[in-house]
Amino acid sequence: MATKTEFNNPVVRWVDERLPVFTYLDHEYNQFPMPKNLNYWWNFGALASVVLVLMIVTGIMLAMQYTAHVSMAFESVERIMRDVNYGWLLRYIHMNGASMFFIVVYIHVFRGLYFGSYKAPRELLWMLGVVIILLMMATAFLGYVLPWGQMSFWGATVITNLFSAIPFVGDWIVTWLWGGFSVDNPTLNRFFALHYLMPFILFAVVGLHVVAVHITGSNNPTGVDVQSPRDTVSFHPYFTAKDSVGLVLFLFVFAAFVFFAPNYFGEPDNYIKANPLQTPPHIVPEWYFLPFYAILRAVPDNFIGAWMGFTLINAKLAGVIAMFGATIVLFFLPWLDTSKVRSARYRPVYKWFFWVFLADCLLLGYIGSQPAEGAFIWIGRAATAYYFAHFLIVFPVLGWFETPKPLPTSISEPVLKENS
Amino acid sequence: MRMKVLVIAAAFLAGISSAQASGEKIELPQIDWSWKGPFSGFDKAQLQRGLQVYTEVCATCHSLGLVAYRDLADLGYGEEEIKAYAGNYEVQDGPDDEGEMYTRPAIPSDRFVAPFPNENAARASNNGAYPPDLSLMVKARKDGTNYLYAMMIGYADEAPEDIQLMEGMNYHKYFAGHQIAMPQPLSDGVVEYTDGTEATLDQQAKDVTAFLAWAAEPELEERKSLGIKVLLFLFVLFVMAVAVKKAVWRDIKH
Ligand code: HEC
Ligand code: HEM
Repeated sequence: MATKTEFNNPVVRWVDERLPVFTYLDHEYNQFPMPKNLNYWWNFGALASVVLVLMIVTGIMLAMQYTAHVSMAFESVERIMRDVNYGWLLRYIHMNGASMFFIVVYIHVFRGLYFGSYKAPRELLWMLGVVIILLMMATAFLGYVLPWGQMSFWGATVITNLFSAIPFVGDWIVTWLWGGFSVDNPTLNRFFALHYLMPFILFAVVGLHVVAVHITGSNNPTGVDVQSPRDTVSFHPYFTAKDSVGLVLFLFVFAAFVFFAPNYFGEPDNYIKANPLQTPPHIVPEWYFLPFYAILRAVPDNFIGAWMGFTLINAKLAGVIAMFGATIVLFFLPWLDTSKVRSARYRPVYKWFFWVFLADCLLLGYIGSQPAEGAFIWIGRAATAYYFAHFLIVFPVLGWFETPKPLPTSISEPVLKENS
Repeated sequence: MRMKVLVIAAAFLAGISSAQASGEKIELPQIDWSWKGPFSGFDKAQLQRGLQVYTEVCATCHSLGLVAYRDLADLGYGEEEIKAYAGNYEVQDGPDDEGEMYTRPAIPSDRFVAPFPNENAARASNNGAYPPDLSLMVKARKDGTNYLYAMMIGYADEAPEDIQLMEGMNYHKYFAGHQIAMPQPLSDGVVEYTDGTEATLDQQAKDVTAFLAWAAEPELEERKSLGIKVLLFLFVLFVMAVAVKKAVWRDIKH
């Protein structure tokens, strides 16, 4: 921000001399140099930002009509659906928006995994991304409890009960979280307060994430650093135009679900009001938690106890640790990956492992949706083991053994060659 | 790469739907409902017949607490008809100036009056079973419309020999566990349709299903018609965005 931009509009100039927000915007979103070879996988960060704003806006409007009380929450949501003008639209956008948010962010993350965007100098940017995922999960879990349907209630019961696995103080912590001796009105009240709060924290972290990406600049499909202005184009109009294409296409898909299959991602049981006396036959989390749910249930009883020789850690705690570990391990990825080459395009072996890992995550998702019995248990364990092996073994080892393909000398080189 | 991505996306969406179908597999009859297509809505005459079935049969046991009488305007009824319909029911109101509670005839802004004052009363009259509220029934079960229809037609006179029916239970082909506390509510000619349609079991089952599908999603028609406009708008915008992007990038080799 060394040089200030000159503006013609006197009001803009007056403000900018005192608080250079316009200079900042001009630098970061107008002139900002972007690698010119970015493909559409680079749309998803912008899409996630749009969804985040959409969630906050619809969420605030829903909160104006919602009542956080166990005897009224379910009915108040139905009042929104039936009696509030376009209430059904607000609620269906918010509901499907959560699924869209996870789809977009998961794609965004896998984009990073494929093109090696987590490597130096973007480690901190990547770690902020992992914080974002954790915050998103917490926010989505809290929000799902609010309509106070059967899955809301029983999901909240199952997840909060996980904390009882913590040695010595577990039960005490669970009681503290609940604000009582079961999931009840105090729980619903605080979940509402927190669900309103978290997105703003999320917003702040996304802000840092975006500032960080503007310090290092975007990675690109070749993974080769930008070397000269020949490799880049300005953000506006080139990427505003390109992001718009992706955005409109995304909104089309989003709208198709909202208007024509609004309950596709949902569970029918959540249209039954919560009943603490009746456990649903099959408690399943929302689809975006399924891989983690599979990991949670994958740790066999007594496995850790028998293996490590002490029983302080029981199977439940080990499961919880594995589940959180599945996300935490991402923090260390920039250092676990020992390869000097970023993009999978020039990593012939890693490329295969990438697709296998993606398949493993989808498999875990499927296992998470099935009852923990029979063959599913063993498949779940194997897939969990592979998940961690991918990070703890494949990434470090592959970097030493793999012979990368020759890298282009610059971003422009492959393009110029093709065209000559 | 593009193929791979498409395959993964398809597997993902299929996975979500199959993930939701688990437990004992009971195949439901699949009916071609009039409101299932992207452009189609409810048949008002059918909804009116369904209301008649609900009123004359189901309402003796099941509440419909999320629907208000005024909502019946969607079915094509006028203000006076709705007032008259609501007036058939009594609601408790008050306290009045003397501090007494009193009953008065229901008005259009009231919600459908429940047959029993509370759950215990409902259970006491139904052998201990609770007839659930039907407002959201269609959304609260997998494949809800077909499920509701199946509930109506799935009774059999004789249970198969390997099934031991419990006291007061009825054999049902589609209900989970095959024993249901609800006695068969519909059979040929239970209601006499005011519009002259022949009241076969199948016809009544379909009509009441349509009515309850509307009760669960009264916004359905408005939602779809707005949806078509939104998608059309986004489609045009997409064509424009692609054109703009092409024009902007024309001179860039990348
Ligand atoms: C004599 C009282 C009675 C009448 C009349 C009656 N039901 Fe029921 N219904 C019940 C009871 C009791 C249950 C609970 C059954 C159980 O849980 O075993 C029930 C359950 C149901 C269920 C829920 C099944 C499930 O999946 O849990 C549906 C749907 C239903 N009734 C629809 C109807 C419809 C539609 C009508 C009118 C055509 C109707 N009922 C008429 C008593 C009745
Ligand atoms: C709320 C969720 C998120 C939002 C709104 C968001 C937003 C953005 C935006 C706008 C960009 C720049 C455009 C782009 O390259 O796509 C970006 C880049 C990036 N994000 Fe995110 N992000 C989110 C979550 C995540 C998560 C969960 C991770 C990883 C764990 C992540 C990792 C990255 C990385 C590594 C980059 C740099 C990409 C590159 O230039 O190659 N982000 N993000």
